[in-house]
Amino acid sequence: MSKPTLSIRQVERTFTGPKGEKTQALLPVDYQVDENDFITILGPSGCGKSTLLRIVAGLDQPTRGEVWLDGERVEGPGADRGMVFQSYTLFPWLSVQQNICFGLEERGVGKAAQKERSDYFIHKVGLRGFEHHFPRQLSGGMQQRTAIARALANDPKVLLMDEPFGALDNQTRVMMQELLLSIWESSRKTVLFVTHDIDEAIFMANKVAIFSARPGRIKREVAVDFAHPRDYRIKTSPEFMAVKARVTEEIRVETLQTQEH
Amino acid sequence: MQDSSSPVTRRPETAQREPAPLPSSKKVSHNPMMVPLRPVAARQRGFLGFCFFVLFFGAWAAVTFTGVVSPTFLASPASMLEEGWLLFTEFNFAGDIGMTVMRVLGGFVLASIIAVPLGILMGSYKLIEAFFEPFVSFCRYLPASAFVPLLILWAGIGEMQKILVIFIGSFFQITLMVAVTVGAARRDWVEAAYTLGATNRSVVRRVIIPGAAPEIAELLRLVLGWAWTYVIVAELIGSSSGIGHMIVDSQAMLNTGQMIFGIIVIGCIGLLSDFLFKAVNRRLFAWSAFK
Repeated sequence: MSKPTLSIRQVERTFTGPKGEKTQALLPVDYQVDENDFITILGPSGCGKSTLLRIVAGLDQPTRGEVWLDGERVEGPGADRGMVFQSYTLFPWLSVQQNICFGLEERGVGKAAQKERSDYFIHKVGLRGFEHHFPRQLSGGMQQRTAIARALANDPKVLLMDEPFGALDNQTRVMMQELLLSIWESSRKTVLFVTHDIDEAIFMANKVAIFSARPGRIKREVAVDFAHPRDYRIKTSPEFMAVKARVTEEIRVETLQTQEH
Repeated sequence: MQDSSSPVTRRPETAQREPAPLPSSKKVSHNPMMVPLRPVAARQRGFLGFCFFVLFFGAWAAVTFTGVVSPTFLASPASMLEEGWLLFTEFNFAGDIGMTVMRVLGGFVLASIIAVPLGILMGSYKLIEAFFEPFVSFCRYLPASAFVPLLILWAGIGEMQKILVIFIGSFFQITLMVAVTVGAARRDWVEAAYTLGATNRSVVRRVIIPGAAPEIAELLRLVLGWAWTYVIVAELIGSSSGIGHMIVDSQAMLNTGQMIFGIIVIGCIGLLSDFLFKAVNRRLFAWSAFK
């Protein structure tokens, strides 16, 4: 295995309510992400997995602990950690191409180079012919594909994904998983992917990090050693079922715990 | 960890007695003409709107032509139109209209040029908002028309005074409304921009401003409508030209036809400017879903 790229060290998060009451969202979390890893963070809703991702992105500050990326401490958001959100965050006043070039423009990349990069990633997410469409003319799946291209075009060291397919219908979601996996198989970009969908978590990942109920921590890491390239048929294989059975039990305990309150 | 031989389950406790059966539901019939929120076909809509105008003018004509209401208080539609014609041919009413339009636009543009950037700064930067907001909120409730006597004292009865009335009436409203609109920027757009490497400045310039632009244009359209009511107030007192001045002049001669014609002209110009503004907004912000 290669050297760790991303290192989460004793990251803890406590939210303070309007009346000063404290809610602990994250217990101290320690986690290492190696280069080229595809890690899915799986947990019941409200367990703090998104909070952890937002802290890595620099959009939220940890109460204690720190995040390091390639030997540098994360202080705030930056282009080295691209993010795809669950909500549709394309800028509606920009075309698909202009959206993808947003970060490149910010860096001062020349127009010709911008076009070359955006063309490359538009092709990669299968949106050829939609370069000049506006977000409201696109389906949800196409919008998220553009969002993935927008994040990748910036060449981040890590791609952070916060339930990016959560708002899509089931069929589209499955297609998006296959698309993302094929992109990862060709580029081996380090990915940190938050989800509550067990199939999704196992299908794409090489490691599934299972979160406990709130206050969250990573309670177990399950390695997924299926060979690449993977295709959808793997989901019905006995090996997949075995991993799924194991992960399901782990998650079920946590979900029951959240319902006890 | 649990293994598959002892699955983690939880079932509801022993079943309770089922609740008593409901009475059978009544069949409800709905009047198709009065279904709430049901849209109306464009032609039917236009026809109904036109009908009310006909009804309105019909009632007006009925009470004036039959002599139920004396012409001293209410001119008939025909004499109103006749007076209107005279206004244009004899009294250079076109010049008055031009004056009024110029004042409205002058005051409104001046207010917008300063208020929109200030509102954007206030909405984006909470420090700036904390500094200005209480004062601007206070000023918003100062009635523009109450400033007329004071402004006459300060600026005389020239154009500056009229423009200032419009300015006071629109400036604080625009500032606050823009600040609220900008402050309601979608947080996930802002966050997405940051993860794409944007700086604070470019978040404001490339995300917050374009995101709020359609709503800012809409609220300017709204305030322009209010500016039309202020200008007449400014012209009613201490003015020698403009539609408001003409209305006061006609009052002195008990010429209700002219007065009503003036009011209707104001309404028509307001409607026209609103229509143009809407058309421009729709063109500029075709991407925006809310229009």
